[in-house]
Amino acid sequence: MTAEPVVTPEPVVTTAPVATTGPAHTAAGSSAGAAGAAVNTTAGIVDAGTRGVGADVGRPDGVPKVQGRFAFSSDLWADDFLWGHTLRSPHASANIRGIDIGPALATAGVHAVLLADDVPGRLNYGLEHPDQPVLADGQVRYVGEPVAVVAADHPDVARRAAEAIVVNYEVTDPLTDPEAAPTAAPIHPNGNVFREINIRHGDLDATGEVVVEGTYEVGMQDQAFMGPESGLALPDDDGGVELFISTQWLHVDREQIAACLGIDEEQVRLTLAGVGGAFGAREDLSLQIHLCLLALHTGKPVKMVYSRDESFFGHVHRHPAKMWYRHHADGDGRLVKVEARIVLDGGAYASTSSAVIANASCFAAGPYKVPAAHIVGLAARTNNPPCGAMRGFGAVQTCFGHESQMDKLAAALGMDPVELRLINALDSGDRLVTGQVITGTFPVAEVIRQCAGAPAPDIPPSDDRRDLPGGSGRTTDAADTVRGTGFAVGFKNLMFSEGYDDYSSAACRVADGVATVTCACAEVGQGFVTLAQQIARTELGVDEVILAPAQTATIGSAGSSSASRQTWMSGGAVQAACRAVRDQILADVAADWGVSPDGLVLRDGLVVSLDGQQEALLAQITAGAGYEADVEYHHAPTEALDENGQGNAHVSFACAAHRVIADVDPDLGLVRIRDITTAQDVGRILNPTQAVGQIEGGTAQGVGLALMEEIVLDNGLVRNASFTDYVIPTTLDMPDVTIAAWVEEPEPNAPYGAKGIGEPPTISSSAAVAAAVRAATGLPLPRIPIRPADIALG
Amino acid sequence: MPDPYSLRVNGVECEVTDTDLAESLLFVLRERLGLTGTKNACTEGECSSCAVLIDGVLTCSCLVLAATAAGQEITTVEGLGDGRDELSVVQEAFVEEGAVQCGFCTPGLIVAVHDLLEANPEPSDGDVREALSGNLCRCTGYGRILAAVHSAAATKRSQP
Repeated sequence: MTAEPVVTPEPVVTTAPVATTGPAHTAAGSSAGAAGAAVNTTAGIVDAGTRGVGADVGRPDGVPKVQGRFAFSSDLWADDFLWGHTLRSPHASANIRGIDIGPALATAGVHAVLLADDVPGRLNYGLEHPDQPVLADGQVRYVGEPVAVVAADHPDVARRAAEAIVVNYEVTDPLTDPEAAPTAAPIHPNGNVFREINIRHGDLDATGEVVVEGTYEVGMQDQAFMGPESGLALPDDDGGVELFISTQWLHVDREQIAACLGIDEEQVRLTLAGVGGAFGAREDLSLQIHLCLLALHTGKPVKMVYSRDESFFGHVHRHPAKMWYRHHADGDGRLVKVEARIVLDGGAYASTSSAVIANASCFAAGPYKVPAAHIVGLAARTNNPPCGAMRGFGAVQTCFGHESQMDKLAAALGMDPVELRLINALDSGDRLVTGQVITGTFPVAEVIRQCAGAPAPDIPPSDDRRDLPGGSGRTTDAADTVRGTGFAVGFKNLMFSEGYDDYSSAACRVADGVATVTCACAEVGQGFVTLAQQIARTELGVDEVILAPAQTATIGSAGSSSASRQTWMSGGAVQAACRAVRDQILADVAADWGVSPDGLVLRDGLVVSLDGQQEALLAQITAGAGYEADVEYHHAPTEALDENGQGNAHVSFACAAHRVIADVDPDLGLVRIRDITTAQDVGRILNPTQAVGQIEGGTAQGVGLALMEEIVLDNGLVRNASFTDYVIPTTLDMPDVTIAAWVEEPEPNAPYGAKGIGEPPTISSSAAVAAAVRAATGLPLPRIPIRPADIALG
Repeated sequence: MPDPYSLRVNGVECEVTDTDLAESLLFVLRERLGLTGTKNACTEGECSSCAVLIDGVLTCSCLVLAATAAGQEITTVEGLGDGRDELSVVQEAFVEEGAVQCGFCTPGLIVAVHDLLEANPEPSDGDVREALSGNLCRCTGYGRILAAVHSAAATKRSQP
C-alpha cells in the first residue's frame, strides 16, 4: 500500500489570557524594522543564551537529590496515617474456596482488611483491557496476585495481620507454556490469546540463494527501578481521594482508579511524587487502587511502600520471547525475504501485551530493506507473572533475533557482518515490512559507520584482577581468557502507534518576567524537567522558569513517560504553550508600539525590535496577572495495521548501534566486557549531559539482559525475587561507554528536530554483547541472558 | 512500648519514642526522625541506597537494629553538606557531572563516596569501581557517577 506523508498537525491551542496589562514603553518609534522570520521558524534552535535548548543545563532537582531533600513517593507522611500491606497469592493458579479475615481483623492496631467484595466500582483494571482484578475474585492466576489489603498503625502489624488471613486455596495446574496457551483451556474469560499479528509483505514465494535459520530465546527481565512502589492516599470530606504517587502517567492512573472506586474522575486527584526510576514498570497500576480503597474505607491517610521482594511481584516485566527466524539473501548479501515467528509470554493479564507484540513484529526484521516478509507474532496468556512495558518494548527481543541472524548470514556469505548491515540499511524513503514509507530522518547507515568505524581501543592485558572475568575473586587468569568483538544495530518507533492519539497538554504563564510551566509529564529521572525549563527559556527569552507540580487537577494528560515520547510530545506541548504566550505578548506590544509583531522578539528578559530601535522589560510588560496559554499537542495521526499487518502505524523511528569487546573465560563461563562503543540517531541533542546519561544507562540495561538479568520461573513460581538473586550490572560490570557519535539529522516534524533517545540504547546493546561472547567462544549462544553454563557447557 | 532511647545523628541527640525495638536504623531514621534522605531501595543489604556512617564506618542502615546504634555517631546524607545551601565537594560534583537521574541511589552513593575519598584521596578507576560496586544504580550505567567521583577527588586534592 502507499504510505501517506507524515504531517504534524498544528497543535491545538486554546489561549486564555489571564489579563493583559499594557506593554511598557522604553523607546519611541514605530518602525517594524527587519522581519522576525527567524524567530518563528520551527526548524533549528532558537538562541536563548547558555541555558536554553541545546545547552548543557543541570537538572533543577539535582541539588535536592544530592542532599537527600527530594521527596520520593516513599518519603511522604500525614498526621495519623496508616500503613497498608498486600496479601498475595503463593500459587500460580488456584481457586479460592474461602477467606477468613477474622484473625487479621482482630489484631490490635488493624483498621481494615479488604477483599474483592469491598471494591465498590469496576472489579478489574488494565492499561488497555480491564482484565486484571483489583483483588482476586474467586481465583488467582499468577504468583503474587493481590488477594487482600490491610491497613494498620505500623507496617509490621499490617504485615503480620496479612499473614493471619486464612485463604483456602484449591491449587490447580498452572498453564506456563505460551506456545500451548492458544489451544489450552482458557484460564481467563477473555481467553488465552492477547493478540496474533500476521505481517505479509511483498512476494512471499521469494527465496534467496543463501538461507539461514535460527531459533532464539530471551528471558524475563525486570525493570528493577531503585525506588519501590509507594504512595500516600488521603481521603477528602466529599467521598473523594487525593493520591501522591510515583507513576509514568497520572491521567491514565486516575481513569482506572476512579472506575474501580466507582466515583467521578474529578474526585480522584493525583499528584506526582518523586519517582525512583520507572523503565516501563510504572505504566500499569500497582498499589494505586489499594491505597485509595484503604483510605476511603478507614477515613485516614494510608501509605504503602513495597519491599524489594514485593516489587518483583508488584509490576509487570519484559516479555520472555521465543523466536524462530529464516533469512533469505541473494549472493551479494542483499536481503530477499525474512520469515519469523515470535511468541511472547504475556503472563496472566493483558497489560500492554497487544502493543508489545505489534512492536516486536513490526520491527522483527531490523532496520533493513526487506522486500518480502512473513512475520507471525503471538502474545499469549499464561499463569506466569504479567508482562508489559519495559524500555525497548518488544524491539529488544526481536533485535536479539534479527542481529543474531545477520551475523549468521554474514558467516554463510563469507561477508563482513558490518558490511552486510550497511548494504541492507534502511534509509528515509524506504519501506518497512509493514508497508509504511519512512518519511522522517533515519540515518541507519551513518549510525553503523560511525559506531563500527570508531577506532577500536587498544586494551592491553591487565594485571589488575578487577579487569578479568570473575573480577577480584581470583577465579580467572588472563592467559585463560579469549576476546571477541560483536556488533549490533536496532531500532524502534517513537510515540504510541496504531491510531492512538497520545497527545500531551501544557500550560505556560508569564508574569512579572517569570515563566511558569504546568505539565503532567511524569519526571521519572529522564530529565524532562530540565528540558521543560530549557524550552521555556528558548521560547520566551527568560531565565527563571518555575515548574508547577504535575497534577491531574491542574492540567490535562501529558500521556505516558514511555515510548521515547516525552521530549517530543510534552516538549512539543511546552513549546507550543510558550509560543502561544509569546505571540500574545508580542501582539500586545506590537499594537502598542504600532509595529508588526513579526519585527519583535523576546530575548534576555526583554521585548526587543529586530531593528534595535525599541525594547521593553518583559517583567514590566507582564507585571501583575501576566499572560497565560493552555495547549494540547498532537503528533501526526497513525492508523491501525490491517489483516496483513500493513499500514502507516508509526509516527517516527530511531536507531542505535553498539560495538562490544568482551573477554571470556570459556572454561568458567565468565565474561568481562572491556569496551562498549555506540552511535545513535538522535535528531538533535537538546541537553548533551542528559543525552549521555540516557545512552550510558540504557546500554547498561541491555548489558544486564545479555549477561545476568532474568526472573527465574519454576512452574509459575518466581525463584529470585531479590537483589541478592536477581542481579543487575554494578560498577564492576559496566565498562566506560564511548559515544562514537550521536548522529544529528533533525527530524522534520519533531520540536527542535529532536528524537526521543531513551530506548534505542537498550535495544542493540544486548545483541552486541551476545555477539561479542559468540565471537570470543565460537558458541552459538541462542539465548540471553547468557549464563555461565551456556558457555562452559555449551 | 519499650523505653525511649536516643540516637546521635549528624551531631544532634535525637530521642526515639513510641518505637518497637525490632525497627531497623533505616526505619527509625526515616519514619521516626523524619530523615528520609536515607533510602529504602532493597532493605536487604544489597543496594546501599541506605548507606550511613556509624562511628565513621560505612554501613547499610537497613541491616542494623536502630537501638544497637545508641551511643554511636551516625552520619546520614543530610549531615554531609555544609548547611542547606552549601554542598559538599562530592555533592557538587554529582550535580555538575550529571551523575543524578532519578536520584534514588544518590544519597547512598554520596555517603559511600565521602567514605571512599576519606580513606583514599587518589583512587584509581579500579579503586572507585570496587568501592562503589555495592551501590546499585539503574538509571545511569555509572558513567557520570564515576566521572563525578574522579572530579570530586581532584577538587579535594586541589583544596588546601
